[in-house]
Amino acid sequence: MTQVERWLLPDGIEEILPPEAANIEFLRRQVLDLLGTWGYNLVIPPMAEYLESLLTGVGHDVDLLTFKITDQLSGRMMGLSADNTQQVARMDVHSMHQENSARYCYSSPVLHTRPASIHASRSPIQVGAELYGIKSVAADIEIVSLMLEMLQNLGIEDLTLDLGHVAIYHNLTLSMDLPEAIDRQLYQLVRDRSMPDLEQFIALHASDYPDMQLVADLNQYCGSRAALRKAYTAYGHLGQTITGHLDRLNKIADAIETRYPNVTLNFDLAELKDYNYHTGLVFSAFTPRFGHAVAKGGRYDATGTVFGSSRPATGFSSDLKVLAKLVEKTAETPAIFAPFKGEPGLHETVTQLRQEQRRVVQAMMANETPEQLHCNQMLVHQDGHWVVKDI
Amino acid sequence: MNKPLIIALSKGRILDDTLPLLAAADIHPLEDLKKSRKLIFDTNHDHIKLIVIRATDVPTYVEYGAADMGISGKDVLMEHGAREMVEVLDLKIACCRLMTAKVKGVPRTTGRLKVASKFVNIARQYYYEQGQQVDIIKLYGGMELAPILGLAHEIVDIVDTGNTLKANGMIPDQLIADISSRLVVSRSAMKQKLSTIQPIIDRFKAALAHNN
Repeated sequence: MTQVERWLLPDGIEEILPPEAANIEFLRRQVLDLLGTWGYNLVIPPMAEYLESLLTGVGHDVDLLTFKITDQLSGRMMGLSADNTQQVARMDVHSMHQENSARYCYSSPVLHTRPASIHASRSPIQVGAELYGIKSVAADIEIVSLMLEMLQNLGIEDLTLDLGHVAIYHNLTLSMDLPEAIDRQLYQLVRDRSMPDLEQFIALHASDYPDMQLVADLNQYCGSRAALRKAYTAYGHLGQTITGHLDRLNKIADAIETRYPNVTLNFDLAELKDYNYHTGLVFSAFTPRFGHAVAKGGRYDATGTVFGSSRPATGFSSDLKVLAKLVEKTAETPAIFAPFKGEPGLHETVTQLRQEQRRVVQAMMANETPEQLHCNQMLVHQDGHWVVKDI
Repeated sequence: MNKPLIIALSKGRILDDTLPLLAAADIHPLEDLKKSRKLIFDTNHDHIKLIVIRATDVPTYVEYGAADMGISGKDVLMEHGAREMVEVLDLKIACCRLMTAKVKGVPRTTGRLKVASKFVNIARQYYYEQGQQVDIIKLYGGMELAPILGLAHEIVDIVDTGNTLKANGMIPDQLIADISSRLVVSRSAMKQKLSTIQPIIDRFKAALAHNN
């Protein structure tokens, strides 16, 4: 290994230097403070867990993203946290023993075996909120509102909120009673969103499963409210379940439109990507300044089942590193230069300033200058007192 | 939200077939795409710009959201993985087949096959689905040479007329996929700019219907 290779970091793993680190920390505090004001309790999920608890019921995507290691104490396989949602579900059932509604938030670094998308880091700092125990649409409205509130609070504007409902797809396919292989292929094609390939596949199976066209038609119901109205017309005759899902989308859209008139709404009933443990509403927020969703989430009522309690749940998450790229950089904290050796009283003045939360950097050598220590103010001895002067 | 809509076009043979389709969809570049050395072109629509790039780069631009739409061969999309984009239309241009090919008259070797291709991901996936253990050798061109010189037992490549294979004593074997160019839209543009994009998709659809 050459000297150069020794200090190179693995692809997608980055160190965060000043002032970026301070900026991310500032955002983290801002976001967690906001989540706190909405009643969300901070939890810190463990960095590693046994694979069974980390991966049961989360679907293939999270499995692929999870680093696996052997626990040398027990010989069992452990996984490094790749998504906090599943861990919070386990904590809710087994550690918190909650029966009523419960609100959790977190901000923890996670590690991915591969970048989750072309823009993504392999070591995102996942920040998010989860609301457990409430099945009603009010919980979905709260979670979506909270996500938008977080983004707007950070100054991220021109937001588009994308709303979908994966249960519509699942209800349509369930009623067809498809063989497992066909079911799997159909899911993959809808998820990959290759419409020509999907049409070809459906044409192949049209004689056996004529209702499959209803699944392909989900792609038609994308866009504004008009798309949702068309979906009512197309699926209205299929019964209460699907219209119930559409009603829920409508109610959420109504509430969000009233609360956040600046946010553009988009509906996409064919959206299955990223959401293979979700069971109902799915949503994501987009801004023209970033090529992918900046925050996303949804309802996942079944995840708790594997831990012994089927708790309804809804939540969202984002990556602080992505948010930091979109947020106006906070001004660097002003720093005061304290000379290497000074008149009596310097130490007391420095202590006093620090108690007032001022940032004071003490020179360690006589020839150190304020510029070298990135200070924009300095302590000057004047008329027997130490005073702060701008440089 | 006043950023122009960027459509990424593939250079080369696909571009020849794309231009009439663009014209039929009433998108006319203000300069000759094939003569100019520019990379970004204005069109008769203020809000639509075209970029002309290597075919293999189109899905990358679209996936990053740097281009809102793109025209790309299905082979390139399959090889790339085409995540974060929606494939909305089969444009039925630049049609060909993606096939395995082997030397004529030579029986298939038993054991581990060596396969040369520039489509390494597609080849790996195809043989995996066949339950066949293979070693994939990445080449950038002149695939037919590999079996002749003993570098590989088979190749995976685009077959148009089959004349190049024939001239080198090879025959196409198994069909992996029928290939044509597709109109793709970035997932983020689909969510944020659908009202601008949908009329363009509709114009392409109308142009296709007219051609057929």
